[in-house]
Amino acid sequence: MGAEVFDRVKSRLAAREEEASLVHGILVVNLAPGAVREAAGRLRELGFDMFLDVTAVDWPGREPRFDVVWHFYSTTDFVRVRLKARVPEASPVVPSLTALYGSAAFMERECHEMYGIGFEGNADLRPLLLYEGFVGHPLRKDYPKEAEQPLVPYRD
Amino acid sequence: MTMDRRTIPIAPAQPSGRSAAFEYISTRKDELIGWARKFSIFPYPFVTACCAMEFMSVSSTPYDTDRFGAALPRFSPRQSDLLMVVGTVSQKQAPVLLKVWEQMCEPKWVMAFGVCATSGGFYQNYAAVPGIDRILPVDVYIPGCPPRPETVIDGIMQLQDKIARQKHAIVTRDF
Repeated sequence: MGAEVFDRVKSRLAAREEEASLVHGILVVNLAPGAVREAAGRLRELGFDMFLDVTAVDWPGREPRFDVVWHFYSTTDFVRVRLKARVPEASPVVPSLTALYGSAAFMERECHEMYGIGFEGNADLRPLLLYEGFVGHPLRKDYPKEAEQPLVPYRD
Repeated sequence: MTMDRRTIPIAPAQPSGRSAAFEYISTRKDELIGWARKFSIFPYPFVTACCAMEFMSVSSTPYDTDRFGAALPRFSPRQSDLLMVVGTVSQKQAPVLLKVWEQMCEPKWVMAFGVCATSGGFYQNYAAVPGIDRILPVDVYIPGCPPRPETVIDGIMQLQDKIARQKHAIVTRDF
């Protein structure tokens, strides 16, 4: 059912960028960080009106180190599209999609605190699940799992 | 006839039968208060996670903590004397938990309900407090993930024993 939708999406996104492939029924499009904003705008035009998720994947030792992953859903065609962009550890910055999808704001906040990904255009990147004063990004692979940053001093 | 002040008769050294009983009871004040307190536990459920299901189960009719006088939860810490920490406590919640505990009046006891409250359980990460005894004094630990209702009842009974054996601060010379 989604085949012709995917063809349409491919013709409007992937022709201008890198490869696109179908993985487990989801169209996956790899692109450069700078092209994400425009690609999301096109998806929005194509009926992908639901912003599902933005998160990151840490590949320690790989360069560039992080994948930033977006998921979109079309409530008219019932199909999903995934965008992936690679960003280096030195400047892990991608454009924010809050202007297109309001629900992106909180997910970008979470991704920011957990992975340290910057979202250009999101003015409110305060900690969401973590607290003020938390040092580091706990979902990065190099964050030690036994590290504790208590808010209340421990009893002896 | 005038009586010298020094010859005013004082109470006889041999107590009568009635005051002997009173004096015996006066050595058992702690037990009396402990007995009263152990059957009137007012829990404050600080419920944060899935152990809540087991808390509901143990509170409801088939297991019935009312048999131990511990069934009536007070949803204000100021009216309760048992803080039941049911579930995982995150580092972000720790100040809230501490404030709840500080608001409770003496006498107060703390129960770590389930393995997460006891030791952090299988969480060893940036978010979870590895056992609430890092921030509060805990009286009774209940293991299990989640604990069986029987385990919880055993924990309540152990706490009752502890209360019954305690020295109570209310027992002073003037009591």
